[in-house]
Amino acid sequence: MNFVLADKVAPYAWFPEGASSFAPQVDNLFTAILWICILFFVPIVILMGYFMWAFRERPGYRGSPEALHNTPLEITWTVIPTAIAVWVFWEGAMGYLDMARIPKGTVDVNVTAMKWKWAFKYENGGENGFEKIGKTELPVLVLPVDRDVKLIMRSDDVLHSFYVPAFRAKRDVVPGRYNYMWFRPTKLGTFDIFCTEYCGDNHSQMIAKVKVVTEAEYQQALAKAIEEPEDPLERGKLLYKRLGCSTCHYAGEDGANGPGPSYNGSWGKQVSLENGQEVAFDENYVRESILNPAAKARKGYGSASPMNSYAGRVKDEQIDALITFIKSLESAPPKAK
Amino acid sequence: MSVVDRPIVSTETAGADSYPEHHFLNHTKGVLSWALTLDHKRIGLMYLVGVMASFALGGMFALMIRIHLWNFQDGWLDNKTYNQVFTLHGAIMVFLFIIPSIPAALGNFFLPIMLGTKDVAFPRLNLSSFYLWVTGLILFLTALSVTGLDTGWTFYTPYSIETQKGGAVLAATFGVFVLGFSSIFTGLNFIVTINTMRPPGMTWFRMPLFLWATYATSIIQVLATPVLGITVLLLSAERLLGIGIFDPKLNGDPVTFQHFFWFYSHPAVYIMILPAMGIISELMSVHCHKGIFGYRMIAYSSIAIALFGFLVWGHHMFTSGMADVTTVVFSALTFTVSIPSAIKVFNWLGTMYQGTVSLNTPMLYALAFIFLFTIGGLTGLPLGALSTDMHFHDTYFVVAHFHYVMMGGTLVAFLGGVFHWWPKMTGRMFNDKLGMVSAIIVFIGFNLTFLPQFVLGTRGMPRRYATYLEEFQDLHRLSTVGSLILGFGLVTALVVLLQSLVNGKKAPRNPWGGATLEWMCSSPPPHDNFSSAPTVGDPYDFSKIEYDGRVGGYVRKD
Repeated sequence: MNFVLADKVAPYAWFPEGASSFAPQVDNLFTAILWICILFFVPIVILMGYFMWAFRERPGYRGSPEALHNTPLEITWTVIPTAIAVWVFWEGAMGYLDMARIPKGTVDVNVTAMKWKWAFKYENGGENGFEKIGKTELPVLVLPVDRDVKLIMRSDDVLHSFYVPAFRAKRDVVPGRYNYMWFRPTKLGTFDIFCTEYCGDNHSQMIAKVKVVTEAEYQQALAKAIEEPEDPLERGKLLYKRLGCSTCHYAGEDGANGPGPSYNGSWGKQVSLENGQEVAFDENYVRESILNPAAKARKGYGSASPMNSYAGRVKDEQIDALITFIKSLESAPPKAK
Repeated sequence: MSVVDRPIVSTETAGADSYPEHHFLNHTKGVLSWALTLDHKRIGLMYLVGVMASFALGGMFALMIRIHLWNFQDGWLDNKTYNQVFTLHGAIMVFLFIIPSIPAALGNFFLPIMLGTKDVAFPRLNLSSFYLWVTGLILFLTALSVTGLDTGWTFYTPYSIETQKGGAVLAATFGVFVLGFSSIFTGLNFIVTINTMRPPGMTWFRMPLFLWATYATSIIQVLATPVLGITVLLLSAERLLGIGIFDPKLNGDPVTFQHFFWFYSHPAVYIMILPAMGIISELMSVHCHKGIFGYRMIAYSSIAIALFGFLVWGHHMFTSGMADVTTVVFSALTFTVSIPSAIKVFNWLGTMYQGTVSLNTPMLYALAFIFLFTIGGLTGLPLGALSTDMHFHDTYFVVAHFHYVMMGGTLVAFLGGVFHWWPKMTGRMFNDKLGMVSAIIVFIGFNLTFLPQFVLGTRGMPRRYATYLEEFQDLHRLSTVGSLILGFGLVTALVVLLQSLVNGKKAPRNPWGGATLEWMCSSPPPHDNFSSAPTVGDPYDFSKIEYDGRVGGYVRKD
């Protein structure tokens, strides 16, 4: 039994592995606060239990009914917690200011949050790749170890929050402005990126990975990030993930099953629209749906979470590649339930 | 201590301590006599039924959430439904249960009796606040269920103003606004009642501490709730007139909404916890048969918490990108609230020392409160400290923390208060043994539900996730098992209470040995509470109150 429990807690007892320069400060402060809590809580519970027993109502015993009042004691238990609170505040504030003040000479990454995907753009203009982790393909942010990294973050739609537990770092991504954060990864490895500000249907699937690599590997990844495949089908497949289509539309055997309609088996068919009309699912329909998604909403999707327009964000030949990709799914089966 | 005159009540002698023939429950009969009643006791009872029904509804949604999270993916709800369910759970619990629970139900019933008056200052306003609450409840529940609102109870913009949900949010916040008016009316009524209708001899520092807590709560209700109204107005102006306030598409700032929202909703947290602290002060002194330790410090700390509570809303927004100075100042202010709360816990413990501790159902709930509230308060430290909050913000650590404060604190104190005053309200004694069993089950279930969530949070599990990583599954399952035990414990408590109505023993005037005025009128109280204003002394003078086997309760021996 002990062994089983040990297996469960072995990877990390309280915290996930600390992998940034912030982790020691946060973990040490938390451990200190934990001990402060124990030093308050355990005596309180012991006293409570002792008083319950020692002064319990029983035949032949009658306690004092008089209210007690003890000024020195009351001053003590006001002053000591106050002093401790001041110290905890001070340590927390100092640690925070370190997180908030961005150093010079950082590796900059542009982060775009959208429902329900993270997109990362490196300094050379290259974009993040994907890796299959478990059943799903997740965006992967590659970063060099032991370098200060600055994230310049914006949102396409609603509030999101960028959180890497291993880095002990979090910052909201607010539409209409840039928010910044920085950290210094100190360990090689792959860590989780979560969205921690509720953002709608697939909030819990807005997960990405950060892969911390050596400087040489980072340079290789940068070079690869600016490539887009020549073959239109391969290119379409990549764009399907890179542009975030996969977060709402099921295609092939990949992507989220909703809130948007699946691409599978749609090409060339007549599809019904929300306004009662029918339209041919062809090049023009796909193009219009990318650039002006609200124009011809499919039947049953009028009240689904709305899609943002991709006008200005996608080039013509990229639309061609996406059309090639959707065409290839002409006879793909719908997602098995 | 001064001589305490006995209040003049309809039935006086010790022999007549038995169940009165005429009381407020049978004073008049018929549905209309309840629907149009101006009697604060009947209004309090109607609130009690209403908030308990709301709690049951919110609790069902809580169990739906926990059962869904049994598996890390492919739970029995789809993502969208899950989001609607947690929105319903949070919104119902906050706006329909916790905020009105203690002040509107128990406060309405006992505030005038503890003051020795016939009613509150404005009985008609009191009834209208109940009907506002019912109207708000209908509006709110309709908005939530018809429109499938899935914004969370916080309605954060811009998610909440996306086209097809904008109307829903407007309707829901309007419901909250009507509920808010009910809250303002109750607060106003209580402030005036306490200021003007205290009986001869009851100076401010001879008020029962429950009244101090209610007074502090009422101040917050009257001052903070209007801000919610302003927010609704701005939301409507933005939607109807297209003025950019919160929506970035109209050049508004979504973070401004968070400021407005928390300017009300953080003080609302103290609307939830202060009356609970008041109940615990009563329970600890009565069931220890001993004057409260450091009366003045408890009274002052209630007021301190009410005032500081207005200055700390920014701690909900530490990661939102506020200016560094603002963030640091809000962190400092947040720590000031911790001190008065700590003082209260020490004072409650000091009250037990050298007292005569009766272990019964209300006392067990009070002790459970101290245990759970201490955990809830202490786990606020790593959230108030900035660098650790960067890790914990919006994780399950926060979820566990506020459930320990709101549920472990307010709900457990509410249950303690209901058991404590049940004999007075209904004239029936409940089965104390089974009541204690319910307290123990609730206590075990509660800790099993929420302790694992602290660990989930430290490990980085974000909140409001319909699916999660497989590594978190064991802790989630532990929590789900706990929630089922907790639900069973709460049902047990309800059964114990209901069973007392069927075949409970008739309650004596003073079953626990309290010294405040409500224990001096019959159980249940007569329609007019007291035939003339009683003269009162120290509410915590237990020296002359002794058990009398003939009446099965306590009597005052002068």
